[in-house]
Amino acid sequence: MNFSQLLKNYGRYDLLTSYRLGSVKGLIILLLLIFIVPSSAWSKEAIPVAEDPEIEKRMLALTMDLRCLVCQNESIADSRADFSNDIRREIRTQIKANKSDQEIIQFLVDRYGDFVLYNPPMKPTTILLWFGPVALFVVGLGSLVVYLRRRREQIEEVSLSETELKKAEALLNDNKGKNV
Amino acid sequence: MTRYLIPLFAFIVLAAFLLVGLTLNPRQVPSPLIDKPAPVFQLNHLHGPDKVMTSEDNLGKVWLLNVWASWCVACRDEHPLLVQLANSGIVPIYGLNYKDENTTAMQWLKRYGDPYTISVVDPNGRVGIDYGVYGVPETYVIDKKGIIRHKQIGPVTVDSLQKTIIPLIIELQRQA
Repeated sequence: MNFSQLLKNYGRYDLLTSYRLGSVKGLIILLLLIFIVPSSAWSKEAIPVAEDPEIEKRMLALTMDLRCLVCQNESIADSRADFSNDIRREIRTQIKANKSDQEIIQFLVDRYGDFVLYNPPMKPTTILLWFGPVALFVVGLGSLVVYLRRRREQIEEVSLSETELKKAEALLNDNKGKNV
Repeated sequence: MTRYLIPLFAFIVLAAFLLVGLTLNPRQVPSPLIDKPAPVFQLNHLHGPDKVMTSEDNLGKVWLLNVWASWCVACRDEHPLLVQLANSGIVPIYGLNYKDENTTAMQWLKRYGDPYTISVVDPNGRVGIDYGVYGVPETYVIDKKGIIRHKQIGPVTVDSLQKTIIPLIIELQRQA
């Protein structure tokens, strides 16, 4: 087995041939390149997440329930949009300034409206949102009950005749011992 | 007969809801700031960083606050309209240069024209948060008492100027 076959078995063949290196010599050159070129050339210094993990924890808990207005199906905690970055930074600042969670959420609602909340407050305008699904469920359940009752009325019990009973018995006996 | 009509009726209702839903724009989030006082700011001028403008400087006149940036593509679309509007003298336009570089912002204005009476600089977008900015461009119509009367989300268009913004400005200017 030559070297390229070995690599093929390990699924790395394509990677190496794409560098036009099929031989052992080529592999050594590749490895040397990887280790000699300073790794800092392609890795950036990690950005510190936050100075204070306590603040970060509170900020994350808060932003989990807030909607990013730019990428509307993401929470501010998850989103990488610039907008969410700014809001996260603002929330950190406010936590440092000893604002309560309530105050911070009110701050955002004052500026962006209820739309930022994934958990909308109960208001005349949100009644349909809150109770619509329950109402639909009740309507569905009601119509199911009505339907089933009506169907039961339509079904008539019919007793079997003598010959039909015998036929059924014969069929049952037929299957005995067959383990069907 | 009704057993066929009911599902058909239900389908039509559902389709009507979905059809209306198609015409709505989920990006247009209504601003809670309408009919509320414009948030106070104190920002440096783009041209002349030693000069400061506050939002209260404009009390007593109707004005537009246009949020813009040189990196914003849609701003270029609306820009010729803003230049025309500024030249018409109907209303003064103030710019909020949002999260931008001063030098590129000034170059941008030189290249495309400068409709702004004053452009102020909001480098980190903090004033933007106060105004509920979540995308650029956005334009606010602010009345003589400093109350926000209208927010245009996205670029202003000929249509939005003719139908909404200019009639509103003229009406607000008539008020004491």
